[in-house]
Amino acid sequence: MILLEDVVKTYSSGSPALNGISLNIDAGEFVFIVGDSGSGKSTLIKLLLRELKPTSGHIIVNNTDVTRLRHGRIPKYRRNIGCVFQDFRLLKDRNVYENVAFAQRVVSVPGREIKRNVPQVLSTVGLAEKYSSKPRELSGGEQQRVAVARAIINKPPILLADEPTGNLDPKNSWDIMKLLEKINKNGTTVLVVTHNREIVNAMQKRVITMKKGVILADQEKGEYIDED
Amino acid sequence: MRISTLIYTLQQGVKSIFRNKVFSLATVATITACIFLFGIFYSVMVNFQNIIHQAESGVAVTVFFDQDISDERIQEIGQEISMRAEVSRVVFVSAEQAWADFKDEYLGEYADTFGDDNPLEDDANYEVYLSDVSMQEQLVDYIAGLQGVKEIHKSANVANTLSVANNLVSYVSLAIILILFAVSIFLISNTVAIGISVRREEIAIMKLIGATDFVVRSPFLFEGIILGLVGAAIPLVIIYYIYNKAIGYVIHEFAVLNSILAFLPVEQIFYTLVPIALILGVGIGFLGSAITVRRHLRV
Repeated sequence: MILLEDVVKTYSSGSPALNGISLNIDAGEFVFIVGDSGSGKSTLIKLLLRELKPTSGHIIVNNTDVTRLRHGRIPKYRRNIGCVFQDFRLLKDRNVYENVAFAQRVVSVPGREIKRNVPQVLSTVGLAEKYSSKPRELSGGEQQRVAVARAIINKPPILLADEPTGNLDPKNSWDIMKLLEKINKNGTTVLVVTHNREIVNAMQKRVITMKKGVILADQEKGEYIDED
Repeated sequence: MRISTLIYTLQQGVKSIFRNKVFSLATVATITACIFLFGIFYSVMVNFQNIIHQAESGVAVTVFFDQDISDERIQEIGQEISMRAEVSRVVFVSAEQAWADFKDEYLGEYADTFGDDNPLEDDANYEVYLSDVSMQEQLVDYIAGLQGVKEIHKSANVANTLSVANNLVSYVSLAIILILFAVSIFLISNTVAIGISVRREEIAIMKLIGATDFVVRSPFLFEGIILGLVGAAIPLVIIYYIYNKAIGYVIHEFAVLNSILAFLPVEQIFYTLVPIALILGVGIGFLGSAITVRRHLRV
């Protein structure tokens, strides 16, 4: 599903953010990516989303060579990847329904299907009752669930979550992780970038630990490794 | 793109006008100011050109004939001159008419001393009026070559002055319109840039979800077009109401110039000003948005 071969990414400042990363993630896997700030996690996410191009190496996602993707093909490629971010990135002037429907509208889903799909996905994330609420009227956990609903409504085969629990209390963090696990059990490949040691250790999933642009460890049913 | 998506993007364009009221007002105000200036300038220019045109239509070349010329040949000369493209009309003035006009204009009561004599009996002529005074020299050369033509009187200075004035007005008009257009696009571009920076997060989300550039850009372009239309309509309404008052004021205050000031009615000005202003407004709104969106939306 996701294949990286000797990927190097160097910014104009000089030192490489990623220094020869190779990894393979199969369809349906649930993978944690952990590491300190500056380890290259965010760069990895940006490369997978094709916000950045690697300096060298190859990235294959869902049989698409991302490194050779032309600008005009990027939107279609991104429709295969759902994204969840630490700061939720919801449209503050629109209600829950509109935030989720927005993801379908911009990819030209017919209006009838949107009316059918949005309530379904809001039920999946447990927010069916709050469809008319504005983001400011929701708790952090609820806002993140709206973001998850928006990420999965187009049924992408891959879901990237960049610090999805970074702004949440422990209870809401667990709720979100259980939601991501549920999505993964329905067949979606899930990559979660996180600092949350407790969750990583408890969930017993594959853990890729990064440090200074290289993979320090890649463990099945792994644990959070202290870099000290 | 589906029709529902198109409708959605158009709705977003309209909604974003109201969401960003301050920027929308700033944009409309900018376009309104530019089109208002353009409209005023256009009205003045068209009226000035009309005045010049009126003056030009009074410029004539006078053609005199050889002494022994036949009436048939005079008619043939009249027909040959009439067929020229630069000629608007040809008026035959008989020797009797020429003498009667001269008496009326210059002699008055002293004309009786001439009795029945006609000192202008050899001065039957054609008054040839031009549709384009800049072609006067060319026409005179042609007429001079016609058999039976003795002499041609022309007013080269008037023709040249009017011709130069007309060209000057055209060039100055074009320059001012281009400057106004460029300034408008620059101002709109800045306004749209601020609007885009306000909505940067929304745009980033759209791009990450997989919206095409067209879907991302459409609301901004549509917004620009609507603001351009509104920004063009407002000055048109203002100019419509102030035009007649301004003309009335000039006619009242400068009554001595009434014989040379031939103002056009507002309907005639608006016949061309409305489509030009609306196209300019839409063009400014669209181009201003398109340039800025293109510069800022490559994610």
